[in-house]
Amino acid sequence: MSGYDRALSVFSPDGRLLQVEYGQEAVRRGTTAIALRGNECIVIGVERKNVPKLQNVSNFQKIAMVDNHVCLAFAGLNADARILIDKARVEAQNHKLNLADPVSIEYLTRYVAGVQQKYTQSGGVRPFGVSTLIAGFDVGDNTPRVYQTEPAGIYNAWKATAIGRASKAAREYLEKNWKEGLSRDETIHLAVSSLLEVVQTASGNIELAIMDPGKDVEFLHSDKIDTIVKEIQDEKEAEAARKKSGRSAPGVSTTSTIQ
Amino acid sequence: MESLLAVQGQDFVLTASSSSAVRGITVLKPDDDKSQILNSHNLMLYCGEAGDTTNFAEYIAANISLYTLRHNLNLSPEATASFTRKQLATSLRSRKPYQVNILLAGYETNLGKPELFWLDYLATCVRVPYACQGYSSFYCLSIFDRYYKPDLTIDEAVRIMKLCFDELKKRMPIDFKGFICKVVDKDGIREINI
Repeated sequence: MSGYDRALSVFSPDGRLLQVEYGQEAVRRGTTAIALRGNECIVIGVERKNVPKLQNVSNFQKIAMVDNHVCLAFAGLNADARILIDKARVEAQNHKLNLADPVSIEYLTRYVAGVQQKYTQSGGVRPFGVSTLIAGFDVGDNTPRVYQTEPAGIYNAWKATAIGRASKAAREYLEKNWKEGLSRDETIHLAVSSLLEVVQTASGNIELAIMDPGKDVEFLHSDKIDTIVKEIQDEKEAEAARKKSGRSAPGVSTTSTIQ
Repeated sequence: MESLLAVQGQDFVLTASSSSAVRGITVLKPDDDKSQILNSHNLMLYCGEAGDTTNFAEYIAANISLYTLRHNLNLSPEATASFTRKQLATSLRSRKPYQVNILLAGYETNLGKPELFWLDYLATCVRVPYACQGYSSFYCLSIFDRYYKPDLTIDEAVRIMKLCFDELKKRMPIDFKGFICKVVDKDGIREINI
């Protein structure tokens, strides 16, 4: 034990805050969440944790509504996230009460990141072990907006991103496959397929929310998700079969040369 | 000098609020809407001390939507009325109480029935089939008494409302600059022309 990971507000000699880094580690162990922008829509997808057989499936959603036009998905400590979400909700209503306008997505992100930052520099507290994805449309604007915040209080805007356990694999998949101007269906498709890269058993373990400008958020029913999952798996199998048949012809000659 | 009216029918509540904003003897505005949408099926009509009214209505609306987001639950008209009453009761015992009178019109989506509540700044809360707020109650309650029945259709309710407007025009020395009428039913809240 170096001693620099005891008090939160003490730097280690190489300029790091170990408690904050441990918070980031908690995020890396959390379930995966992704968010991506389509042309005029946003899709948020999260991996659900496996529930023990005898436990009632909780109604706690991993995708929370902060206001009618803002969604928040998170990875990391569930209980920490609950507090953070509540603070965000109160701020959203306060903003509306004081300024007669609903919050902008960036404002809310800045607020959440601000709260997270405060918990890295005050005494007697520990940082939030939570990364969040905040997504939505500013009221009267059709531009999709996706932001990410981290335990350190950093926030960034993204076209498509992932947080949590398998965020690296999911983000690489998104980097390879995301392109400008995706249609609504394409965006949903890409969201599901990138989650499939990282989720163990697909059906029932994915939660999906779709946002369109000026409309209520649509939480996709699990039956619908299952059909999309099936479509993707069929496509993958067809792809694999094609590759196999494409390779088999020259393959014969190669095997013969080896022998 | 403001006027709020509401009558509950078989599957709706019809509300009307006077559309003049008055200060002293001056009309500031002829198209003032004295209502606040609380959620998809709850409408609050308010009158009283200018400033207090909008402030209080917006405060209630913000808290109701916060509750809805926190618990993923739409509040029923009765719950909304209870919450509003409690806020008025707390305010009444503070240094500067809100002076707001309220009619709360709602549609209980689970039970499929309309509900109407009458609240005043002393935190009285009563469930009523029809209600008025302001001086107009002297003239309109008797009309409601005479023509109200529990299974009113929307057309009949509109007719009663028109009788009220005519009476107010005939007997009151005040010009309300017309009324803004709204209906709360299973489809939500909408404005209608009477």
